[in-house]
Order: sequence, then structure tokens, then C-alpha cells
Amino acid sequence: MKFLFRRLFFYALTAWAAVTINFFVPRVMKGDPVQSLINRYQGQIDQDAVHSLYVLFGLDKKQSLWQQYVEYWGQILHGNLGISFTFFPTPVSDVIRTSLPWTVGLVGMATVIAVVLGTLFGTYLGWRRGTWADSFLPVMTFFSSVPYFWLGLLFIAVLAVAFPVFPASNAYTPGLEASFSWPFIQSVVQHAFLPALTIVLSSVAGWILGMRNMMVTVGSEDYVTVAQAKGLPERRVMYGYAARNAVLPQVSSFALSLGFVVSGSLVMELVFSYPGIGTQLLAAIGAKDYPLMQGIFLVITLAVLLANILADVVYVFLDPRTRQEG
Amino acid sequence: MSPAVDTTPASSPRPATARTRAEGTGARPILEIKDLAVDYGYGENRVKALRGVNLTLHEGEVLGLAGESGCGKSTLVYGATRLLPPPGLISAGEVLYHPADGSAPIDLLRQSDADLRAGRWQDIAVVFQGAMNSLNPVHRIGRQLEDAIKAHRPKSTGKEREARSRELLEMVGISAERVRSYPHQLSGGMRQRVMIAMALALEPRVLIMDEPTTALDVVMQRQILEQVQDLRDRLGFAVIFITHDVSLLVEVADRIAIMYAGEIVEEASASDVYRRPRHPYSYGLLHSFPPLHGPRRELQGIPGSPPDLQNLPSGCPFRVRCKHVMPECADVHPELGRTAFDEPRREVACLLHDAGHQVPEELSV
Repeated sequence: MKFLFRRLFFYALTAWAAVTINFFVPRVMKGDPVQSLINRYQGQIDQDAVHSLYVLFGLDKKQSLWQQYVEYWGQILHGNLGISFTFFPTPVSDVIRTSLPWTVGLVGMATVIAVVLGTLFGTYLGWRRGTWADSFLPVMTFFSSVPYFWLGLLFIAVLAVAFPVFPASNAYTPGLEASFSWPFIQSVVQHAFLPALTIVLSSVAGWILGMRNMMVTVGSEDYVTVAQAKGLPERRVMYGYAARNAVLPQVSSFALSLGFVVSGSLVMELVFSYPGIGTQLLAAIGAKDYPLMQGIFLVITLAVLLANILADVVYVFLDPRTRQEG
Repeated sequence: MSPAVDTTPASSPRPATARTRAEGTGARPILEIKDLAVDYGYGENRVKALRGVNLTLHEGEVLGLAGESGCGKSTLVYGATRLLPPPGLISAGEVLYHPADGSAPIDLLRQSDADLRAGRWQDIAVVFQGAMNSLNPVHRIGRQLEDAIKAHRPKSTGKEREARSRELLEMVGISAERVRSYPHQLSGGMRQRVMIAMALALEPRVLIMDEPTTALDVVMQRQILEQVQDLRDRLGFAVIFITHDVSLLVEVADRIAIMYAGEIVEEASASDVYRRPRHPYSYGLLHSFPPLHGPRRELQGIPGSPPDLQNLPSGCPFRVRCKHVMPECADVHPELGRTAFDEPRREVACLLHDAGHQVPEELSV
């Protein structure tokens, strides 16, 4: 328990640092949001409108930095991340709320599938190393070494254009109403298939290799030999002794990759015109939309932290040695 | 489920069963290793780690296996139990196990995988060299004790298995509560005792101990050895005890086999090896540590270093380090055979004992 509390304290500290940096970075940059909005409309805004914009962004008050900082925390705790320029006057939180589920759903699913498949394959390949099964490895590493955008384009060219089995873009057929109805879900799955497939193909090799190498290392541990000498069934030795220990590093890598799920596969969302958070981030950078960028960064940071907390908790369950008070 | 083990306290007087039976000539063989050869690697560069080793273990005896590091002691037992890690390969020989019911012996090297698994731990159990890493770090001790029982006695209930594992821990002097502990919560000596308890879980007929006390301090070493001897006297299993510590072997073993460069060079009863070594290498080994009893004697090492198994000298592999070397040692490879004095139940592989040679004084006491 002490261990968990110490970890939680550490995470709270990290979250605080992330939010604080997020607060200061735009304030050390030149110009203010109103100036950049004026630039967007090429100066065709009259003085009254400029003044009301300052009021809207809360920049009319002459506050000290400390007061601003306190107010900023208040806003964040209420889920208020400001107003986006690009989608003016939509609040940033709304923009994130509509795009985040698509990314988390698709990339999250694909990552989980890649991890599960990769770990299972890796377990098998590591256990039966030196057999014909090893020839799988170069094929899988080929897919991960190909640049992702090229792989995506290739799949679009073949499975969406030459043989139009799957749609080439969007998250669902335009015009369908978003609901939990069968046609909508079917459309979502159909649209997600190609992006998910390419993500799995390009990332699974890493998981296979990681697990395989750990299996080879753990396979020469004394306790695996002891398990064999005990005459346990081979499946029991393979899963209960070898894989059970080899999987521990996979868990940490998985937690780290969960953080990247939220930032989305930027390239994937571009190639497949997927309306996820990566697309929004790109739009925000292109338009110098600081509030949106800040909001997305904050969500990503918190997601990475959350994923790490999760990994810590899972690790404590999986490895009794971490439970030791020290 | 096997019948409960007699849990008489360790201090009970030692019954004179096993030891006397083994020393009498009538003991039946239980494990016969015949012409076992093991290579590491393939082709031209393979290392012939074991070259035609013959060894017989009799019921209830403690057979000690001694020699320098790298002489093939561990390879011998790993090979005989088919636990050799790659790239180790058994290239020849057979390992005959004589079942308890007196039926025809089984060749372990030609057994099917399923039969081999069924027989492991039940017939032959092993206590490995690295006690520190022999336990799975993520499972509780109890679970690891129980899964061996479960694999071989599928009809036993969970309750029976737990009772048995508690009993086993008590037997090696560890509190039964420790079944709930993880390996990292135990000291090295406790872990080694857990391994011994685990090896005895199914009451095997043969217990192989591969340097079981090397990583422990002398006090712990003695405690564990006394415990093993005591258990052996009560349960009557046969032991193959591997160590490079000959002084230790002289105490615990009934018979000793000395190995050099992948071969057995001398085999005799423990007291014979200790008092009357017949092979120059045995003599060297015995004179490289101070005696605990008897008159003081001068310590002598063995000159040179252990042989390179990839590049063995012709003839006798020990000749380059032997102070009694003769011209013909370079041509003739000595085979394990009778001594020059025709002593019963002891064998030596040295040309000095062939007819027409004078055995040096120090080897003919």
C-alpha cells in the first residue's frame, strides 16, 4: 500500500508540473490570442469587436500572473479549457470530446489486438525457437519497417480503390445518424477495419520480438528447468513458468503505448481522413490555435499518467516482488 | 496421494538401514548409466563433454561425483535425466532405470516424451545448483510444491496437496506457514531447503543433488547435509551427490566416482578413495585440502590447469599434469578396470595398474 501511495504522490506531482508548464508556455510566446484572431480575419474587425474579444478571452482584466494561475486551475478543474480559434466559438473541451472517442476507440482497439496477438505469437516463437516458426519473424519485421503512410496508402489502393471492399476515408458513412443502431455500428466497424489492420500490422512485430526475446531469456532460467524436471505438463511449464515471467516487461511497454493511443496515430488519421484527435491537433498547429493545442496536450499528458498508474497497479498484481516494502 | 511421511524429529537415532544395505554387495542397481556421451554443439568444433561414462547407482546408496569445474559432473546428470539445455546433445549411450516392482529396466534416453514426463520427479528428482533461481519468483512456495503433486497425482484434492506441502516444509525444518510466502521472502538456505522438500514431494527413489550447498555458508551447508542424510535414512532413497568439494563427499558418500575431462577415472568406496587413492588425479585432489583427522600432511596442488575439451592430449587426458607419466601414456587411452592389487568393487583408469608396471608408493598404500 505504501508503495502505491508513494507512486500516487509522484503522479500528482507530475500532473501538477504538466499543467503548470501548459499554463506558462503560451504566456512566454509573443502576441496574444486576439492578435492572432485578428490576423486570421486580416484586420477586418472593428475596434468594438476587438474589445469584446478581449473580454471573451478574459484578457481585459489586469491580473497578476499568480491570479491568472489560480484562475487557470479553477477553469481546468471545471473542465473549461478555453475557446478554440479554429472552431470559434466552440469550447476546446467540446472539440476534444467529439474527436477523442474516435481515436481512443480505433487506436486503442488496434493496440490491444496487436499486444495480445504479438504476445501470444512471441510466447510460441520463443518457446519453439530454432524451428520453422522463426521464419515468421522477418515477414513481420518487414511490415514494421515499411513507412506507415506507405503501408496505409497501399492498403487503400488495393482494398478500397482497386477492389472496393472497404471505405477509404471517414469514420462512418456520411449522412448516417450517430446512434447505437445496427447500421451505424456496422458502418463504424467497416470504416475502422483498414486503419486498424494497418496499425496492427505495423506494430505487432515489436510485440512479437519483445516477447520472443524475453521467452528465450526466461527459458534458460533455473526455475524453468526445475519445472521441466518436475514433469509438469509442457503447457504448464510454458505458460505458468516461462510466459508468466516473460510477460512482465510487455506490461510496462503496453502501458507506455497506451499513452500514445490518445495522441493518436497522426499519420493514420491523415491517411484515412479519420476524424480523431490527431487530425484536430494538426489543424490546431496549422492555425496556431493555442487553446486547442494546450487542451490536447493536457489530455495527452494526463492520459499518459493515467496509463502509467494503471501499469503500476497491474504490475503490483503480477509481480509479488514489487509488493515488498522498501 | 502417497501415505504420510513419518515425521519423527530430526534428532532421532539414525537407523542403520540404508547405509549398511548399500555397503553390502547385495544391493540392487536402480540407475545404470552406460557409455553415455554428450557433445556441446555440432560438427568439427563440437565439445565432447562426456566420453563414454559408465556409472551404476544402487538402491539406498549415496554416490558422490567429484572433479574440477568443467569436468562434466553436471553434464552427466543433466544428460542422464534428459534435461540438457541446448546446444547439449546426447550422442551415445543408454540410461537404464530399474522400476520398483522389479520389472524390466527402462531406457530413459529412448522413452517417449509423455512417459518421461510421467516418470520425472516420481522416480528421479533433482535439486539444482542454483538454489537462488530454482523457484519461480511470481508464485507462492505452496503453489510450487503443490503443482508437482498435482501433475503426478491428478486425483488428489486441493486440501490433500496443501496438507502435504505443509508437511514437507516442516520436514525440512521450515514453518508450515511459509507455504504462503514468495521465494524472495526466503533466505538462500531456506530456498535450498524448499527445493529439497519439493524434490521429496513424491518420495522419489533417486535424488540427484547438483552442488546443493555451494552457494551457502559452512554452517548452513552442514545443517542441510545432516538433514538430507537423516531424510535418506528414513525414506531410503538413493542419492547422486555432485560437488567439487571432496572433503565433503568423504563424509556423506558411500561410494565416490572421480571425474576428469568427461570421464570417470576412479570409482571406489568413500573410505578407499580417501585412504587409498589409486589414480594420480584422485591423489592430487585429496591432497589439495587439509585433512580434518589424522596426522598433518603437506598440501599439494595439481600442477597445470583443467584440460581444454576441444583439444585433449592423445592417450591419457591427465598425462600432461601427471607426475608419474610414462612414454606409453601418450599412445594408449586407459580404460576403467581393476587395480593392480585386484581389489573388489573398485576400478581405476590408469596404465600404472596394468601388468608389468610398478605402482608408485603413494598410490599403493
